[in-house]
Amino acid sequence: MKRRQVLKLGCAALATAGVTARLYAAPTTGPRFLLVFLRGGYDSVNLLVPYSSSFYYESRPTIAIPRPETGASSGALALDADWALAPAVRDTIGSLYLRRQVAFVPFAGTDDLSRSHFETQDSIELGQPTGGTRDYRSGFLGRLAETLAGSAAAPIAFTDALPLAFEGSSTVPNLSLKNVGKPPFDERQSKILDDMYADHHLRTAVREGLDLRQEVAQKMAEEMNAANRSAINTKGFELEAERMGHLMRDKYRIGFIDVGGWDTHVGEGAAQGTLANNLGSLGRGLQAFSQSLGAEWDNTVVVVLSEFGRTFRENGNRGTDHGHGTVYWILGGGINGGMLAGEQRAVNRGALLQDRDFPVLNDYRAVLGGLFRTLWGFSPDQCARIFPQVPPRDLKLV
Amino acid sequence: MGAALLAMAPALLDAAPALFTLAPAVLAMAPALLSGCADSAHHQAPPAKAAALPVLKRQDMLWLERVSFGIDSESVAELHRLGRERYLERQLEGREASPRRALPAPVTAELASLEIAHLDAARSIADVNAEHKAINAMPDGPDKDAARKALNERGNRLAYEAVRSELLRATYSPDQLKEEMVWFWLNHFSVHQAKANLRWLVADYADRAIRPHALGRFKDLVLATLEHPAMLAYLDNNQNAAGHVNENYARELMELHTLGVNGGYTQRDVQQLALVLTGSGINARDPPKIKPEWASLYLRNGAFEFNPARHDFSTKVVLGRTIQGRGFAEVDEAVTWIVKQPACAHFISSELATYFVADTPPPQLVDRMAKTFQRTDGDIAAVLRVMLLSTELDAALGGKFKDPTRFVISAVRFAYDGRTITSTRPLFNWLNGLGEPPFGHATPDGYPLTEPAWASSGQMSRRFEIARAIGSGNAGLFDSEEGAAAAAAGFPQLSNRLYFEAVEPFLSARTREALGRAGSQQEWNMFLLASPDFNYE
Repeated sequence: MKRRQVLKLGCAALATAGVTARLYAAPTTGPRFLLVFLRGGYDSVNLLVPYSSSFYYESRPTIAIPRPETGASSGALALDADWALAPAVRDTIGSLYLRRQVAFVPFAGTDDLSRSHFETQDSIELGQPTGGTRDYRSGFLGRLAETLAGSAAAPIAFTDALPLAFEGSSTVPNLSLKNVGKPPFDERQSKILDDMYADHHLRTAVREGLDLRQEVAQKMAEEMNAANRSAINTKGFELEAERMGHLMRDKYRIGFIDVGGWDTHVGEGAAQGTLANNLGSLGRGLQAFSQSLGAEWDNTVVVVLSEFGRTFRENGNRGTDHGHGTVYWILGGGINGGMLAGEQRAVNRGALLQDRDFPVLNDYRAVLGGLFRTLWGFSPDQCARIFPQVPPRDLKLV
Repeated sequence: MGAALLAMAPALLDAAPALFTLAPAVLAMAPALLSGCADSAHHQAPPAKAAALPVLKRQDMLWLERVSFGIDSESVAELHRLGRERYLERQLEGREASPRRALPAPVTAELASLEIAHLDAARSIADVNAEHKAINAMPDGPDKDAARKALNERGNRLAYEAVRSELLRATYSPDQLKEEMVWFWLNHFSVHQAKANLRWLVADYADRAIRPHALGRFKDLVLATLEHPAMLAYLDNNQNAAGHVNENYARELMELHTLGVNGGYTQRDVQQLALVLTGSGINARDPPKIKPEWASLYLRNGAFEFNPARHDFSTKVVLGRTIQGRGFAEVDEAVTWIVKQPACAHFISSELATYFVADTPPPQLVDRMAKTFQRTDGDIAAVLRVMLLSTELDAALGGKFKDPTRFVISAVRFAYDGRTITSTRPLFNWLNGLGEPPFGHATPDGYPLTEPAWASSGQMSRRFEIARAIGSGNAGLFDSEEGAAAAAAGFPQLSNRLYFEAVEPFLSARTREALGRAGSQQEWNMFLLASPDFNYE
């Protein structure tokens, strides 16, 4: 309850902060939001395991995750009488869950039923009414950034190219933190480059780009020092997430990152294997992200989503195929976590859509819209601007 | 300090060498700048060059930038010799056949050595389908995984060959305007190599559907893309059949390819056009068994197939025109009707003017282009002529931000001026980093044609890093395509004759000042490529 207030107070403080040059003076309080897009359609059924369902074990003879054992310190972690969390994220996401900093929304997704990666990723990132004409220059994070405007927005994409989700917002910096080398320019060179654009309308973008690159390089130097002292060898997504956390702690408010490798048609594995490895890395990354934000973790909300879930039954290649409903993760230091949220139903054959996959009972726009509304105190008009035609739904998580 | 002096120098000393003869003085005044530079090349200031008078007027140089992927000595000389109108006519001929306009010999040889030069779409589809079948029949295990991996790698290799082919042509074809148009149409009729088996098809798509029609008639271009398996697979028309209608392609054909989003069509038109398009799909195997009464309606052209058994033969109404159900002839009738619409002429003209003239093109110019489009039945060369010789373009010169492709290609054209690179990997990596790789746009709308999409902070600093990579070494451009490093790793001399003839006379004061502060030739190169002067055309 107290945590909820922190989040909301941050929002009120923000409203009075006014518009400042976001480059230099992003206020340190106020909500932060990170969207983690799992591209490829991750198999949510082997993350959040419906262990009370015998149908689950019948449907996945070789890739089911064993039922949790009472009192065990490893294996799946029972979250309630029906659902258990995959062993691969037990120590990371599981421990955050026990601290009420994680919630899951099963049966989540979109009404786009194409089951095509491209089609569905696009439609989710655009966040526009399904079936109509699409405006490819307008993504929902772009509209969120425009709605917030000024310093409250401070958006950033941790990707090589700007994602569709950020389309339409005027200037969103982007920088992939995967392989950041030494700073490309020394101070003198930066100054000269900056001066070349001194009278130019790209001046802000040029300066921001040079500064961001420099700053990341500096943070990396700090990381290296810290790593040398504590001999921790972080790598991959964990390292990337830690860098994201530092940048969002200090400067940015709305972040986007995508993580690939989830299209497990073949040899998916169960408690161990391909999917478990990916989930493990993601879990460690999100934990690192939460830690690197420091106190600001209490003001941060992370949503992990994917374009669709996968077939409930395993296929002939010990994998799963494109499905529909999936499980969204909501994380944050100040959320009312430690629960499953949204509309649910019992997992049995009758619950499946087209006898194939999970239905969608919780529309992504309603879920995200509900979070945004509470986090930033949006009016109905502002909500409708971000997600037209889909009213926000309050899952009481923030 | 020295900077201010240098900024004034050209005016005081009346010729270009001043810029460079003074540079060593700057270095002497600031020895600290050089600490850490071990390479002796770092210590050399940009060499002084004999003064050269500008060969072209500023406007002509900027115009040349627009009708090419960037200036080089040959195009500057040709424009100087011919003037804009005659230069343009030569470009609009767009022939690669005549010897004078052939690609440089090493590029021709390289293109001929690619595997894609010996493949066509039908064979590629048959091959990849057979491979899939064989793999699926294998028992699970390491052999199956290895076979799957090998197939995947082959797809990646073929897609990269297509990229390589496009980048080499863009960089070295004397038919620069045609190559810009190939890029424009590939983007207008965008397909994404990552979908389905498109990696096997994109090279064929560029060479057989787009390039032959790049300066031809718009309707031919629409039909060529419509019948190409890359487009049929990308926008799912291969799944569009009577009783199982898929509207995806029909919608984009009107919204993105011909009429534009506000082109006056309705959802009903989309549905009706989708019915017209039923049965147009892909077949790389033997023809299916067809009822005798339909046999004469069955069509096959490479991997394109019109299968009457999958076609909806009802009467349709598209944009107010009644189309009698009778087979593939409906498609030709519908496309002819759609491209005749004033909205199509206007939309295509507007897209062209956005790419070539200005982010917000002057409406009166777009109107004139659209009139020409309609009068000439969609003659692309005629529309280009109106646009490229217009006073509106002249007034807009210098104000168009180079998109990533124009930026990296123009930098390599300028830096190496006719010398052919051996590896396109660096170009491809840079385009990936800047977010505009060929065949890499996921959505069917193609890459944006305007500045805001490419000038984000991350992209600007990335651009500067690329400027540094090109300016300070060979950047891997002369490595072998397989990755073997070039024997000599020098850096290009951007303060070359071309620079003095076509760039230096028109530089802005800010850029001059920055160049004057460069501590080495490499750094000077980098500042020039990073300057607003180089990034706008």
